[in-house]
Amino acid sequence: MPNEITVTVNGTRHTSSVEPRTLLVHYLRDELGLTGTHVGCDTSQCGACTVVVDGAAVKSCTVLAVQADGSEVTTIEGLAQDGELHPVQEGFWEEHGLQCGFCTPGIIMTLHQVLDEQPDPSEEEIRHSLAGNICRCTGYQNIVKAAQFAAQRMQE
Amino acid sequence: MIPQAFDYYAPTSVADALRLLRQHGDDAKLLAGGHSLLPIMKLRLSTPQCLIDLGRIAELRFIGEADDGSLAIGAMSTYHDIKNSALVQARVPALAEAAGEVGDVQVQNKGTIGGSLAHADPAGDFPALALALNFELVTATARSGRTIAIDRFFRDLLTTALRPNEILTEIHIPALPAGTGVSYQKLPNKASHYAVVGVAAAITVGDDGVCTEARIGVTGAGATAVRARNTERILKGKHIDAAVIRRAAKRAAANIEDLNDDLHASAEYREHLTTVFAARAIEEALSRAG
Repeated sequence: MPNEITVTVNGTRHTSSVEPRTLLVHYLRDELGLTGTHVGCDTSQCGACTVVVDGAAVKSCTVLAVQADGSEVTTIEGLAQDGELHPVQEGFWEEHGLQCGFCTPGIIMTLHQVLDEQPDPSEEEIRHSLAGNICRCTGYQNIVKAAQFAAQRMQE
Repeated sequence: MIPQAFDYYAPTSVADALRLLRQHGDDAKLLAGGHSLLPIMKLRLSTPQCLIDLGRIAELRFIGEADDGSLAIGAMSTYHDIKNSALVQARVPALAEAAGEVGDVQVQNKGTIGGSLAHADPAGDFPALALALNFELVTATARSGRTIAIDRFFRDLLTTALRPNEILTEIHIPALPAGTGVSYQKLPNKASHYAVVGVAAAITVGDDGVCTEARIGVTGAGATAVRARNTERILKGKHIDAAVIRRAAKRAAANIEDLNDDLHASAEYREHLTTVFAARAIEEALSRAG
């Protein structure tokens, strides 16, 4: 029995009929064509599928699309405004925070919430907050620098 | 991985959820944060015909004070809610701290205290804290409800005292006696951050420096979280020094039959971890007591 849901994604309202078992990540990728959100482990560990739902970073492979009915969802595609990168994106650009880039959208969406709640995090707090995002290339050093860059830029 | 098809209901009151539960009986599962249930549904280890989502029931998400002065937490409060609650930080700081160690930021945003207890994952963090802090679990059924003492709650692997027609609605945490220190220490699995083994200790020390009460909860080691009663007995009535901690911690796995043995850790290693993390939890709880 399909359910009708209305979700606002990156500022645009979408009303869709979905099977209850549709995962949010598949709804975003397959239904809305927003493929910037990645599926990595598919077991809620790697964090590549992280998006922000009503201000909270969540692993969209472990959330049903029906659970997001009525919510505001932000994906990586919704961060840049008028061609201007979001400070977290700029941080990854400036500090070389990625290599292959597969995990990057998820990490950026996690940091989006983290910096929202704690504008001036310590290095340890940044590392702890990224416990749910796994990167296989960078060794995390430049990701932490990217977060620090973003924190500073957002305070300017 | 996609779950088997199911019908989905999102009631907005406990009364409606109970009605749906009665209507669908054994075919239904209650959905809290979903971070335990959805993964096993994706693996088709659980194939409910119907999910009743408690996520839209506002009355289940609150943190306040019960009539008897205990801390009251709605079952659908997330770890994020608990970590950031000024009331929890003031009353049981170790619980707020532990909430910040569950899973990761994303898991803390979805995972709930009620879901963790009702699911009773053998590697969940809060079951150990629940035992150490003597949680009282308030439930609702269509007729009435009851309060279940935590010591009677965990029955077996993923099995609790909750009945099929019953919903866990709130958790009461009794005020800690003066001179009580609490600590939770675990070895997290590197990917999931579940506790390979975790130990929660609540230790009360009198003015004379003698331990008057000790509750130790162990998770990850056996089929359910359990109290380390041998350890508690050794601590009680003593001036706790390094030698007493050593002796007490050594017995922390003594009453756990069938230690878990899986790809994350052998039974022997888990037994060792239980003694190590018991010692760390007791030490820190003690440093916070008095």
